[in-house]
Amino acid sequence: MNASATVPLAPAPRGAGFFSTRSARDARHLLGLEGMSREELSDLLDDAEREREWLRSGAPNRDDLAGCSVMLAFIEDSTRTRTSFEVAARRLGANALTFSASASSLNKGETLFDTMKVFEAMGTQLLVLRHSMSGAAACLARTLERVGVLNAGDGMHEHPTQGLLDLLTLRDAWKGRFEGRRLAIVGDVGHSRVARSAIHGLTTMGAQVTVGGPGTLMPADVGLLGCGIATSVDEALAGADGVMALRIQRERMEKGLLPSLVEYGREWGIDFGRVALMKPDAVVLHPGPVNRGVELDPGVADSARSVILTQVANGVAVRCAVLKRCWTAWREAA
Amino acid sequence: MSTLTLFRNLLHWRTGERVTVAVEDGVIVPPPRRGHEHARVLEAPGAVLAPGLVDLHVHLREPGQSAKESIETGTRAAAAGGFTSVACMPNTVPVVDSPAWVEWVKHRAAAAYARVLPIAAVTQGQNGEQLAPLQAMARAGAVAFSDDGAPVASAAIMRRALEYARNTGLPIVGHEEDPTLRADGVMNEGFTATRLGLRGIPNAAESVLCRRDADLAELTGARVHLAHLSTTQGFDALRDAKRRGLPVTGETCPHYWTLTDEAVGDYDTLAKMNPPLRSEADREACIAAIADGTIDCFVTDHAPHTADEKARPFAEAPFGIVGLETALALTITFLVQPGHLSLARAIELWTDAPRRVFDLPEVDLEPGSEADLVVFDPGGEWVVDPELFFSKGRNTPFAGWRLQGRVLATMMGGRFTHLAPEIDFEHQLVLPAEAAR
Repeated sequence: MNASATVPLAPAPRGAGFFSTRSARDARHLLGLEGMSREELSDLLDDAEREREWLRSGAPNRDDLAGCSVMLAFIEDSTRTRTSFEVAARRLGANALTFSASASSLNKGETLFDTMKVFEAMGTQLLVLRHSMSGAAACLARTLERVGVLNAGDGMHEHPTQGLLDLLTLRDAWKGRFEGRRLAIVGDVGHSRVARSAIHGLTTMGAQVTVGGPGTLMPADVGLLGCGIATSVDEALAGADGVMALRIQRERMEKGLLPSLVEYGREWGIDFGRVALMKPDAVVLHPGPVNRGVELDPGVADSARSVILTQVANGVAVRCAVLKRCWTAWREAA
Repeated sequence: MSTLTLFRNLLHWRTGERVTVAVEDGVIVPPPRRGHEHARVLEAPGAVLAPGLVDLHVHLREPGQSAKESIETGTRAAAAGGFTSVACMPNTVPVVDSPAWVEWVKHRAAAAYARVLPIAAVTQGQNGEQLAPLQAMARAGAVAFSDDGAPVASAAIMRRALEYARNTGLPIVGHEEDPTLRADGVMNEGFTATRLGLRGIPNAAESVLCRRDADLAELTGARVHLAHLSTTQGFDALRDAKRRGLPVTGETCPHYWTLTDEAVGDYDTLAKMNPPLRSEADREACIAAIADGTIDCFVTDHAPHTADEKARPFAEAPFGIVGLETALALTITFLVQPGHLSLARAIELWTDAPRRVFDLPEVDLEPGSEADLVVFDPGGEWVVDPELFFSKGRNTPFAGWRLQGRVLATMMGGRFTHLAPEIDFEHQLVLPAEAAR
């Protein structure tokens, strides 16, 4: 028996480490933009650009995803993300099914896991998941063995395909270069998965990000994500190359976070006067749907500076690119 | 026929001197002058002999949640961790909020592997509204009162509870967490929560209630024990209460001096507990509060859950980790080895110190004392393997960690409740039937 109390110990591992981040590095999954390299992001954007040309050309459907069963599981409401994933999957020849939570056994007390394991048993290969809980996609990615998980928005965590379509939109607007550019993100940063994906994507690509919003909507230590913090909309927008206005999600707002939408619009809403604070070629983004007159002055949303509909168009192209990437990795792993 | 047990040439936990302690009929007796042929002898060079460890804060999950743990498995885990007494929290199903349930727990624990000291609820069903029969439960054997799992949200109810408990002389153990500040939080508020998009629990949720209950202890003159302190501000609140001379004590747990909220990593539910793992600054403040004597005792907050429950998405998974079988080693490895505490002081915080907090009878190594003992090898290294736990709970964030400090034998009331597999008695040891079960 070793009774010596002086044996030096190796430093204990930091972090609990039971659930490793291996799933995040498995290319069958797309869980978030955090941790992806500039090369990975550039490759996806380049491919999305090619897909955009093809989609615009009106060419017939392809068979890149022939034999692939894609389950679109939207456990939280969504219109544009679900539709654009569905369009992308069908255009690439996948067998796409939509799972509607309201009509499902999730209402009978079956757990998310058990339901998704049923899909796995049915032969679903790619699962596109929208869920109100942060980490839901990561959780499924490490539970399901034979399914690639694409995060279509998990709670307040990430929305990686939205982040990619924002990157594609900005790369066009910024003439292909992210260095030296700065995006202002204004509004409900705390509850926003769109903001988190945008911050990770843009800082990885070399752009700067400034966030601003009411103190009640700013998450703790947000600056450690690699962005600057502005205390007013004017400060955030001054000299910026673009602004992303975030939706004020009334349904998520806990009581007492904002005095009123009128006050929000006055203090943080973006009108033409505030647009003029940015560089002359700066653009206005919004993940939609827009609360007109709250986050954006209606005129601004429809103006030439707005790229909101370009974002939507880019969404299908980006989702084509990520579906191909995940399916390729799935087949390599199989 | 009584059997004599000799603990020979072990190191006294406090003095470090070699001692021989004899046990007969459940109590410590003067060592015989001559060799005893019929004695069973435990001799382990370099091992330390100490009174059995005491844990004032465990969840044994009975009645009602025996899929997570039972009194039998929980106390078996306690014995493996060197504990001979554990105080169990009343947040079971149903809640231990009547003398009948206090007696049920005691009855159920009569043949357990450790002494089980029931803590009874402060309010009926832990609803935070109506006082439970505190005096009757004290008479039935409760050692303290707590609505642990949740705070007594109303200051007025807490005041009345303290006034009412004052006659019993028993402390109220406060789960200090302001429910409005905690809201839907699932982990520490800070960068990791922001990165993961998880709702945070601010430090102030703890300290606001610590300070409220310190003031209520002053108002009522009743005893408040602050449970599982985790924040710089919580330690400060306890320090201030002591400076004011108030009847306030406080405890902390091994995970608060070993881990930070970074352990949540990629939504690791094994790093989810309540209070949550905090920042590095809070971890350092925890060690400082231990070292300067602010912290009165250590507890594990042993909180077993099933693997299924912990496999849920982070926000849905239950709070809590098991702790009984890693507590001593985490103390030695992370407090004694780096020089924050002497071994003697560390052991005191698991033995005499908690006994003082709950006014439990003293146990020492002198003749006449109850034979509640632990023998451990302070230098023994081992790797945490949850599959080898005696607890039903496997929910530990320390799996795979190499730790120092191994329990070799635990004795409660003169019978061995745990023996490490390699224990080599000079004379064959026949385990008492109840311990071999």
